[in-house]
Amino acid sequence: MSALLVVLEHDRGKWSEANDEALTAARQLVADMADGAELHAVLIGDGALDLAGQAGAGGAAVVHVANDAMLTDFGPEACGETVVQLAVAESVAAVMAVGTSRGNEVLAQVAARMDLPFVANCMTIAPGAGSWSMTRVQWGGSLLEDATLDSGDGPKLVTYGHHAVVAAPAAAPGAGEVREFAPTLDASLARTIVKDRDVQTAGVTLSTAPVVVSGGRGVGSAEGFAQLEELASLLGGRVGCSRAVTNLGWRNHTDQVGQTGTRIAPEIYIATGISGAIQHWVGAMASKRILAINTDAEANMVAKADYAVIADLHKVVPAITAEIKRRKGL
Amino acid sequence: MNILVCVKRVPAPGAKINVTDDGQSVDAAHLGFTTSPHEECALEEAVQIAERDGGEVTVLTLGPVEAEEQLRYAASVGAHKIILVPTDGSAWDPQRTAVALTQAIETAEAANGSAFELILFGNESADSGGFQVGVRVAHKLGRPIVNAIKGIVPGDGSVTANREIDGGFEVYEVPTPAVLGVKEGINLPRYPTMKGRLASKKAVLETAEIDAAAGGQTLVKLHRPPEQASNTEILGTDESAASAIVDILEEIGVLA
Repeated sequence: MSALLVVLEHDRGKWSEANDEALTAARQLVADMADGAELHAVLIGDGALDLAGQAGAGGAAVVHVANDAMLTDFGPEACGETVVQLAVAESVAAVMAVGTSRGNEVLAQVAARMDLPFVANCMTIAPGAGSWSMTRVQWGGSLLEDATLDSGDGPKLVTYGHHAVVAAPAAAPGAGEVREFAPTLDASLARTIVKDRDVQTAGVTLSTAPVVVSGGRGVGSAEGFAQLEELASLLGGRVGCSRAVTNLGWRNHTDQVGQTGTRIAPEIYIATGISGAIQHWVGAMASKRILAINTDAEANMVAKADYAVIADLHKVVPAITAEIKRRKGL
Repeated sequence: MNILVCVKRVPAPGAKINVTDDGQSVDAAHLGFTTSPHEECALEEAVQIAERDGGEVTVLTLGPVEAEEQLRYAASVGAHKIILVPTDGSAWDPQRTAVALTQAIETAEAANGSAFELILFGNESADSGGFQVGVRVAHKLGRPIVNAIKGIVPGDGSVTANREIDGGFEVYEVPTPAVLGVKEGINLPRYPTMKGRLASKKAVLETAEIDAAAGGQTLVKLHRPPEQASNTEILGTDESAASAIVDILEEIGVLA
């Protein structure tokens, strides 16, 4: 029986939210593959064993738990090599992940090691008897590409774009049979295992904040962001900005919302003085609601927003802050 | 430290991207071109390291002959050598691109008589975003690679590289020669000076001969995602809209 191998992520034993998307996509993909393919999952390294039950609950018939003394933490080369050896040992028909930073990197490692094609960031995948067809994203999602994937006799290697699939619980759990796997890792692969961590922000980050208040060139200066800071902190949110703002040196790049910055998904995104270039839009488009505040009624951000105020952000933002304080009795 | 930076010429889009009638490429008739943003930062990082510690920066691109523009720009901001791997202008798949770049790198290293101690790629290109060319090239060269790097400190026989994770960094110590996939934010790229612009005109453009067959990923057609109907609700045209805004914040439960 053929198998689809889905590569799951964890961070030192902490289940990644992207795994729920990965398993949702994998259940659909395996149903679309011919001859009743079986859904296998792999979890790698220290802390993986404790998560095997979650993978089974998400629909995996078999959960491979790969371990080796080297796999103390994430390492792209060692993880990639582990997946290659497992894929070969199980003769899988396809290997899939979600296109997070790690997901795309591990699949690229698998592809390089097997010298096989790899299609990253698919929105939809149609498996076929020979080649597969898919629609994938270009330009961070503002353009779509229909593509075909021909892997000869080798497994198909694909990732789904992060947030391309809405995670849903499995209708029925998989058998979740746990199988331990011991890869043979060359000592040299230790060269790209994480050595240390430097945690700078505890608590809410831009990518997890329920509210993001962003400013663009229209804010006018680094000092102008003080108004946005006050509003964001009242709402338990974070301040973001456009690429123009980081290029001007007004804010640190860690605050940048966009294709080359952070992808956000808040309950509401308040975009002030931002025109809404493609680069910015693709970082903001997963927001549940968008409020644009801009003097330019024709701005792209205004056209794409759910709500807009056509006025000077320097007057509107303090007015929102004052109104919140009034209602909270502050 | 001698550093190679691989860059890609991409259209500079504004608010909208159009596709050519045959669906094979972006309609660039009204767009300028630029260096893909992550790679512009990779180049700046290489130039800063060379200015501080010595060594040469070489910039390599695979693309149409017009990509000379991006190589000259690289020279104007501090690259010492520029190499073009010319294509017919069509989009090459990632496997083919990686084979061609590897050949060009091996040729350049043979001519130099030594390996580049550091090769920098952008984490992914702004346009096709395949997330793999750097990894493939590193593997073919038998060198380590880590992606999503936003900090590089060269050491003796190794580089310390910081990878961005939510709220902080993972730290890697990678032996050289090494390859890194760099992300925007590692620095703020400089603008060319007048002196740099003049010097870039005199930079010698080298051309690499390569032979690479198509891989297994084939572009069928580009198209724009369906336009979402625009039904923006205008809440007001002055600060009196604040009340309606706070009503919405209350309704969606973010005011607690």
